[in-house]
Parts: sequence; structure tokens; C-alpha cells
Amino acid sequence: MELDKKLIGHTFKPFTTTVEAGKIRLFCKAIGEEDEIYSDEAAAKAAGYRGVTAPPTFLRALQADDPNKGGLLRLLNVDIGLILHGEQHFEYFAPVVVGDKVTCQEKVVDIYDKKGGALWFVVQEMEMKDQTGKLVAKGKGVTVVRNPDAAKK
Amino acid sequence: MATIPKFDQVKVGDELKPLVLPPVSRHQLALYCGGSGDHNPIHVDLDFAKKFGFKDVFAHGMLSMAFLGRLVTSYAPSNKVRKLGTRFTSITWVGDVITVSGKVTGKREENGEKLIDLEVKCTNQNGQDTLQGSATVAAA
Repeated sequence: MELDKKLIGHTFKPFTTTVEAGKIRLFCKAIGEEDEIYSDEAAAKAAGYRGVTAPPTFLRALQADDPNKGGLLRLLNVDIGLILHGEQHFEYFAPVVVGDKVTCQEKVVDIYDKKGGALWFVVQEMEMKDQTGKLVAKGKGVTVVRNPDAAKK
Repeated sequence: MATIPKFDQVKVGDELKPLVLPPVSRHQLALYCGGSGDHNPIHVDLDFAKKFGFKDVFAHGMLSMAFLGRLVTSYAPSNKVRKLGTRFTSITWVGDVITVSGKVTGKREENGEKLIDLEVKCTNQNGQDTLQGSATVAAA
């Protein structure tokens, strides 16, 4: 298996998703987060938010709303069982709150291998803008692909 | 809810109050699968995980990163978090007991905003780091 470095620069189709209260609630339950700013509008407003807000890493869950989810794996022609998450970074410019319509745009910025091709690394950058066009966050992720052929050598 | 850290009172080397989490359970991974929209079966389906060479299912890296987020937002309010990033350095298995810890590594001003840099990490019951990350929060 070898990944095609010509895919560096590939830009995925942007999509827009709405920040939903129920999704934030389930996300918080899963991570054990009980702060009321993530579930109660009055508490969130009292704390200075426009509405119920989302924990910092919920942005990655918004990315999962992509109607063309799995696009990276199809682009790379890689099985989902071979990937691991190598790195994730977020930069925050403004909080998102329930009801916001967030537009996500992702692109591939680098592809490289280590250990003689046993592991491949795909670096993606993502921008998130709210319904006014304001940049609310940037994300950068590194996906690691385990080369299934490496073990056979 | 966290209060805004006071820049003048924060010292490099200050430690955040660690967060010791209950053992990671299969139930938690199922909840995170739904809650995060990351439906990769490797985290919830034992047959699938074994097929790809793993002894068991394992936690989503992003579940542990959410724990880093919990630590950082216990130190500063959510809307004061400017950056959060991590490397996923080893796998978190079902049953692992994760401790989330952090300390202040720097203080600076940027674009008129007072910022505090933090080192944050997740460590398992064997003392092995599973996530090595950093964060930046705004102070008052």
C-alpha cells in the first residue's frame, strides 16, 4: 500500500450543519461533562454565552455531520480498520452555540510515510465559519494509516 | 464552572487539579460512538477490532481529548480556551483508568490579550502517557 502524494491539496466539498442541543447532551454524557452551560440555556446565558454552548472538542463531532462522511478514506482508498488518530489541534476564535449554522471546509495539506512505508500520515486542515461568515475555529488533524502490507514483508 | 484565571496570580509551574476518571467502559465507548458521530466499528465491535489485529476494542482518541478539554475548562471557562491540541501517543483500552493532569508552562501577551500556556496530558494506570497535549487560555 502506498498513498498518492498527488492528493496533497485536495479540498473537500464544504457542508453546513446546525449545532443541536440533543447532540451536545449525548456528547457530554459520553465524556462525563456535567457543566450546565452545555445543557441549560439560562445557565449558559448567565455565564456570558449567547446560548447553550458546546465543549471544546465537540467541533470534531460537527465534522462528523458531513453528508459525504468518510470522504478521506474513499479518497485514499483505505479501509476504516487501518486508521488511527495521530494528532488533533483546535484554535478557537468564538464559541458556537445551539442553533448556529456552521460551515466546515476541509483539505489535505500533507501526506508522508515513516518506518519505510509501514505507517502513512495524512494531515488535514479544517476551517469552521458561522452563519455570519465569521471564522469560529480552525482544526488540524493527523490520520495515521497502518500499511497492511508492512506486516507481510 | 471555572472562573477566569488571574494573570498576575498565575505562576509558571502551577499545577491544575488533576481529574481521575472512572475506568473506560464498553458502554462509554458506545455512548461516544453515538455522541461524537465517529462510527468507526473498531471502537465498539470486538469482531471488527480482532479482524484488524487488535486484541480488543479501544477508546476513540477524541474521547480522551475530550477529557483534556474537561481539565482545561475546569481551569478556565470554555469561552476563554484559545487553543487545544494533542498527540495521541498510545492506545487507551477498555478498563484503563485515565488521569488527566496539567501545568502552566508559560505566560505571555498577544494582540493585547493575556494568555496562559498549559501542558496537558492523559496518563494510564501504568504511568504511561496516552495523550501529550497543550492548551492556551485567556486570563484576566
